[in-house]
Amino acid sequence: MTGTPHAAAVPAQPGAAALAPPRGASGPAAAARAAGAPAMPWIPEIETCIHCGLCLPQCPTYRVTRLEAESPRGRIWLVKEAAAGRLEPAAIADHLYLCLMCRACETACPSGVQYGRIAEAARAVLGPPGPPLQRAVVRFVLRGLMPSPVRLRRAAAVLRAAQRTGLLAVAQRVLPPGLRQRAALAPEVPPRGFSPEAEVLPALGARRARVAFLSGCAMSLFFPDVNDATVRVLRRNGCEVVVPAGQVCCGALNSHYGEAQTARAMARRNVDAFPDDVDAIVVNAAGCGAAMKAYGHLLADDPAYAERAARFAAKVRDATEWLVQLGLRTHPQAVPVVATYQDPCHLAHGQRVRAEPRALLAAAGVRLVEMAAADRCCGSAGIYNLLQPAMAETLLREKMEAVRATGAQVVVAPNPGCMLQLRYGARRFGVPVRIAHLMDLLDQAGA
Amino acid sequence: MDHAELIRRLEAVVGRPYVLHRADDVSVYEQDALMVARGRPDAVVLPESAEQVAAVVRIAREAGLPVVPRGAGTGLAGGAIPVRGGIVVALTRMTRILEIDVASRLAVVEPGVVNADLTAALEPHGLFYAPDPGSQVASTIGGNVATNAGGPHCLAYGVTGNNVLGLEVVLPDGTLTWVGGRAHDAPGYDLVGLLVGSEGTLGIVTKVVVRLMQKREAVRTLLAIYDTMDAACEATSAVIAAGIVPEALEVLDGISMRAVNRTLGAGFPEDAEAALLIEVEGVAEAVPVLMARIEAICRQHGARRIQTAATADERVGLWKGRKHAYGALGRLGRRAMMLDVCAPRSRLAAVMRQVLEAGRKWDVGVANFFHAGDGNMHPTPFFDVTEDSPEYARVVGLTEDIMRACVDAGGTITGEHGIGLEKREYLGWMFGEADIAAMKRVKAVFDPDGLCNPDKVFPTGRPPHAVPAPRGADGGEAARAGVGGEEAGAPDAAVPEATGRPGGPRALA
Repeated sequence: MTGTPHAAAVPAQPGAAALAPPRGASGPAAAARAAGAPAMPWIPEIETCIHCGLCLPQCPTYRVTRLEAESPRGRIWLVKEAAAGRLEPAAIADHLYLCLMCRACETACPSGVQYGRIAEAARAVLGPPGPPLQRAVVRFVLRGLMPSPVRLRRAAAVLRAAQRTGLLAVAQRVLPPGLRQRAALAPEVPPRGFSPEAEVLPALGARRARVAFLSGCAMSLFFPDVNDATVRVLRRNGCEVVVPAGQVCCGALNSHYGEAQTARAMARRNVDAFPDDVDAIVVNAAGCGAAMKAYGHLLADDPAYAERAARFAAKVRDATEWLVQLGLRTHPQAVPVVATYQDPCHLAHGQRVRAEPRALLAAAGVRLVEMAAADRCCGSAGIYNLLQPAMAETLLREKMEAVRATGAQVVVAPNPGCMLQLRYGARRFGVPVRIAHLMDLLDQAGA
Repeated sequence: MDHAELIRRLEAVVGRPYVLHRADDVSVYEQDALMVARGRPDAVVLPESAEQVAAVVRIAREAGLPVVPRGAGTGLAGGAIPVRGGIVVALTRMTRILEIDVASRLAVVEPGVVNADLTAALEPHGLFYAPDPGSQVASTIGGNVATNAGGPHCLAYGVTGNNVLGLEVVLPDGTLTWVGGRAHDAPGYDLVGLLVGSEGTLGIVTKVVVRLMQKREAVRTLLAIYDTMDAACEATSAVIAAGIVPEALEVLDGISMRAVNRTLGAGFPEDAEAALLIEVEGVAEAVPVLMARIEAICRQHGARRIQTAATADERVGLWKGRKHAYGALGRLGRRAMMLDVCAPRSRLAAVMRQVLEAGRKWDVGVANFFHAGDGNMHPTPFFDVTEDSPEYARVVGLTEDIMRACVDAGGTITGEHGIGLEKREYLGWMFGEADIAAMKRVKAVFDPDGLCNPDKVFPTGRPPHAVPAPRGADGGEAARAGVGGEEAGAPDAAVPEATGRPGGPRALA
């Protein structure tokens, strides 16, 4: 009796059924196969994994499912098996896309495996996730919207119109449950996006540095006030701030969702758009910072850009990192709130920046009450909450309970994705907290 | 029972989501942390209760299929690899801490509880579970029981076997039974002692009663820096000979210190060749006295610098280098392979000299960071060759020389990782034919059909990687790696792993 496990068997649903990725003949695996997905190449970073398993307990999806295939080690194994020709690349897609790309495994890994690079390279071969319609929508967003600030603004305007006319509210009533949940995640769009009065904003007081500022797509559209606050804090601390007009979205989502080509194109545009004569390229969105610090790797094979991209990447600083490096000019006034800090994955794990935000909170006189597992993903993960709503919701519930237990009035999370998700989470689970960016508080403190 | 029928029956027991049989889902269970061998299971089952485990074992027995228990898959000896296929019983969903009895200082836990999670749960009660293997953040209590795991603090508190009072176990025939209990000495045969360290070959543990320790009033940590490994080993032997039993006594060599200097900025002197890390616990009045004696012995044996830590933060600082040594080494070389051997504590320095000599003889770098206090050494060769390279014979030669040195000195070929697949061919180095025959008779009493984690522990005459190719594999990687076929006698009969940790017994076949 030697049954052969095979992909066409009755679809299994490991993990809590509701949390399992879509499976079986109608799943994305089959779709990718039908689309003639190319072979998985050998990804050199795989070699560094010694299979020790110390990443498992830090992986949010492993914690929930307890399945090896939903762990970093398991996913690396799957990519390796696909590269060796023992598994069809399409057969591993579901597992790779249940991954949040939070990179908590990189923090845990004693061997320094760059899981994010492995997963991005594999996803670039697999293409965007999901069944055909979803793939098409994701591809449209990544190729059509993300690289174009103009189209992004228009899309946000449409969303805002839908919100203001009540169309979205109506839609939410008539939509099927799956879409209704996703629609509830739609961020509220403020009346105007981020638009600085000039491309170069002078330092207030004596100039200490010249920095370029990435305004970011989500930050510009959904949190223009945070960008304004960031620029004010930078200028008050003696930074001349350049906001390059030609900049585009950093391309993080494109890299994460299997659109490596557009990601590279966007990176090139930013390398061209940003001036070379700055002391730092400052970012107030953790996801963007992590992506831009990887430009050197992303464009390493492009002889025309490799060197410039590496130089660019070396200058990228998260705003908190930069302000601590520079040193706050004045002693800010205390902001008398009790806050808890959510480590954005791409700041804590992606950039290893943990101490700086906490130091700035202390400088702003905020009383910090740490939550349990502050560096565990909230489930936002870019557009993950739209694509894997069940898993995202499970993680968000845990997160909001951790927040509730602190009794904090404010959750500080210096990343737009986390802010939107936490704002939704506070509503969804009835936790009475305000969600703020660290730069809001610093600005308020007069730093 | 055909495959479809098997899956249906298993699903009826544990529920459909918890029976994995698709290629992608089972593929990841082909391996644990031993990277040179693999075996594809027919199915992977994730039960949530002892009764479910028992039912699964009965179904497997009816189908004549091997059963392989698995915890977190962090074992370095390949104990969880289903080399003959069959059903992998992954216990990762059985994660409940059922009881913490503070007064009796014991806890009852399910096998899937992660070692570090148990420690965290005990913290508020001022208690702890002593065995702390390097994998403790991920490895499970069930897996710790199967391998009789150790760790730095086992010097004072004993290994897993000394900290387990009772076990609920599913025997290979599907019977659910208890051995031992809640008392420190259960009447009759010491079946707990037999099952702990049996590596899943005698049954599947479904509940564990663990002994807990009271956290000590005071803890002090000392770091002593030495110019030679010899001096550090002599100091270790002297501390033990003086009748002092520290809670931990660890050695870190110069290679490891320089590696952690580079990765963590650990701040060890660049020219030192060894460091001792000694931890003492006890009542507040006694600890400084004991520490002073240890310090004196360390100085007598040539310690050039001694640093002590009393606060938790300072202690974490001193431990950091030791805890991250393996990882730091992994970042420096392409491959590092942690061996697990034991030498008598009185002969540490002599065996260490032989280890270093073997490294020179085979021209392979060897780092050393280990539990010196109980003689449990982890010589760690680091190298750039892959196991498919002819050069790899040097690594095998080195590992065999190291094991031989330990056995000749009266030590053993494994301290805490287990025999599993990795070292089964070397069991004969430790035991005579009659010894092994006696062990096999014990095995046969529990598992007459040989279906409980087969091909583990006992010699088979085959190197660990010479296992049947996964069914349906195209041999792609075997072709790419270009080795292995000859050793097993058929081109596709062996699927060597192209990356990662090589295993010792390769050259034995």
